[in-house]
Amino acid sequence: MKHIISALVQNKPGVLAHVAGMFAARAFNIDSLAVGRTDDPQLSRMTIVVLGDDKVVEQVRKQLEKIIDVVKVQDFSLKDVVAHDLMLMCVHMPPEKRHEILALVEMFKAKVVDIGPKFVMVELANSEDKLEAFIDACRPYGIKNMVRTGTVAMGRLSQPNSPENQ
Amino acid sequence: MNNSSHSPQGDSAQNQSALPIKTGAEIIVDTLIEQGVDTMFGYLGGVVLPLFDKLYDAPINFIIPRHEQGGCHMADGYARASGKVGCIVATSGPGACNLVTGIANAMMDSIPMVCLTGQVRTDLIGNDAFQEADTTGITRPITKHNMIVKDVKDLQQSIREAFYIAKTGRQGPVLIDIPVDVEVAKCQMTPFNGVNMPGYKPQAKGHHRQIKMAAEMINKSERPVLYVGGGVITANASDELRAFAQKANVPVTMTLLGLGAYDQMRPESLDMLGMHGTAYANYAVQECDLLIAVGARFDDRVTGKLKTFAPNAKFIHIDIDPASISKNVNVQIPVVGDAKYILGEMTKEVQHKDRKEWFAKIADWKKRFPLQYDTKSPNIKPQYVIEQIWEATKDNAIIVTGVGQHQMWTAQFYKHSRPRHFITSGGLGTMGFGLPAAIGAQVAKPDALVIDIDGDSSFNMTMAEICTAVQYELPVKVCIINNGYMGMVRQWQELFYGKRYSKSSLQNPEFAAVAQAFGAVGMMVDKKSEVKSAIAKMLKEKKPCVVDFHVEREENVWPMVPTGKSLHEMDGLDIFESMA
Repeated sequence: MKHIISALVQNKPGVLAHVAGMFAARAFNIDSLAVGRTDDPQLSRMTIVVLGDDKVVEQVRKQLEKIIDVVKVQDFSLKDVVAHDLMLMCVHMPPEKRHEILALVEMFKAKVVDIGPKFVMVELANSEDKLEAFIDACRPYGIKNMVRTGTVAMGRLSQPNSPENQ
Repeated sequence: MNNSSHSPQGDSAQNQSALPIKTGAEIIVDTLIEQGVDTMFGYLGGVVLPLFDKLYDAPINFIIPRHEQGGCHMADGYARASGKVGCIVATSGPGACNLVTGIANAMMDSIPMVCLTGQVRTDLIGNDAFQEADTTGITRPITKHNMIVKDVKDLQQSIREAFYIAKTGRQGPVLIDIPVDVEVAKCQMTPFNGVNMPGYKPQAKGHHRQIKMAAEMINKSERPVLYVGGGVITANASDELRAFAQKANVPVTMTLLGLGAYDQMRPESLDMLGMHGTAYANYAVQECDLLIAVGARFDDRVTGKLKTFAPNAKFIHIDIDPASISKNVNVQIPVVGDAKYILGEMTKEVQHKDRKEWFAKIADWKKRFPLQYDTKSPNIKPQYVIEQIWEATKDNAIIVTGVGQHQMWTAQFYKHSRPRHFITSGGLGTMGFGLPAAIGAQVAKPDALVIDIDGDSSFNMTMAEICTAVQYELPVKVCIINNGYMGMVRQWQELFYGKRYSKSSLQNPEFAAVAQAFGAVGMMVDKKSEVKSAIAKMLKEKKPCVVDFHVEREENVWPMVPTGKSLHEMDGLDIFESMA
């Protein structure tokens, strides 16, 4: 089962190495890892997608909390969370397929961010299954290149016990 | 945050502007003293010369080992014997790398230590400079925390944080890497106003509701067992443990690191459990209906096959480290916090229960399966030597060991009765730990009788430290249980590899002569009749003294739970019965 863990960490050198090293040393599986600044320059946010049963994920959470530079850890269950990836993708776009591809882009609420003689670069930020569906839809045209950020997440505000409401 | 053990001292009252400007090296020394350091271990090298220049006339007792690993184990032994933070300095590159085993050892056994390492100049870092190593990278997984200080302005507070982290929560080693230019850069001293780290808030007290629930569960239990680890010793909670066990009337078994937490002379002591634990401890654990773990972490050497460990029991787990709880076994009632506080509170809540049947059963196991060896053998049995050391010293010695068979026999046949009087490498199992750790313990307790019961192969690894003991006039005693093998390895080869003793026998020097060459006293004993007198002579020695006991070569440690078996599936009990 996939769990999304969000860790607020001190913005210091070595913290990423510490977190990544702990995952490797304890044989936990990282599906994706996204790191970025927060509104507080002292703090960064790591969003880690982990594969494992509840017991494994509980250990992941505790071991993360044990790292001195990790300030706070939240374990989002998948249902009450907004979880998005950002993807850039270059798709082969011969002139005769232009309409089809742009219709797909429209349908998925993706965005054309660059265009060349043979390829179009599309940006899509959405949940993982939407991204997967879009990839599947584009595959027949030929995907030249693709890059994804890994999931970032926040608790849904509609959930009264969401961490974002506390 | 609980800063009681880390309260500001006198200088905090002063106005900051009045504080002097000092070099990084001076700041290090001043801050170490501020943090209560009066003893340090360490080895010199290029990038720590500015620091050693300031140590030249600092009021710190400084011990130079013969190898940084030895120094690190000394700081470790010092910390275990004294309860204070051990402090070790090493230079960059090889110096720092040589600390690695010692740091990992302290990490596994939760020993508070602050390690200072020199680093190459900040502008050279990453350039493969002479004696450069990525020390924080190398030590990250084996420290509780580490940091590199690249700005002298951060130096003083970093050292304070290091001490605070090392000695609070689940204790452990903290390393600070300090580039040489930071040692010479200048900066104004800052007053000590405690430590505040947003990511580090160790829990000191236990949750009262959990304590109450645990006590209720204990009161209902017919067959409870206390399973006690090194955490009780770290927490200085032996008195509270005794009061608790006696009021609740619960038998106590200890892990290797827990030995000394509960007086083994008392009838309710089940002694050590686990792979080489006593049969009565292992049977009691397997048959108990409630296991109360205190400061222990359900290590694989303790539990045997996890699935069938204490199969009828509910679990209460008292531990300062939340990550230790439900890591290996699922716990019904976790209580996170300081064992001293929690045991104290729990004692108020528990009722005395007779548990006559349970104690009768335990007494029967004790009678049927005591620890035994062939006392009639004309050869020197290793267990005999350890029993004789016990007879000669009783409650009066700090016992240190290396790792292997001799360590297990010392755990089994020496009756440990006081905390911080048995010092051994548990989690990492570091051969060569004994002698340097004994030296560290002797530095901490100059008037104590410190005896390293060592193996020949363990002793070989770090025996150059005899020189350190001689130089600093530290009268440590070393009893080598010399069977001419890596004994535990040989035992496994005998039992599991068809007696093929592959590479497990090394040629030893004459240890007595080596000791004498170092300036210590050296003796060799190869007759059973001379064991007692040699021990008596050793105890009278004012100098460091090495006694080389040539023991029965192929003696095995029994009982033994083979890897992958359940605790009650012990081998060797038939051997006991044949001796009875």
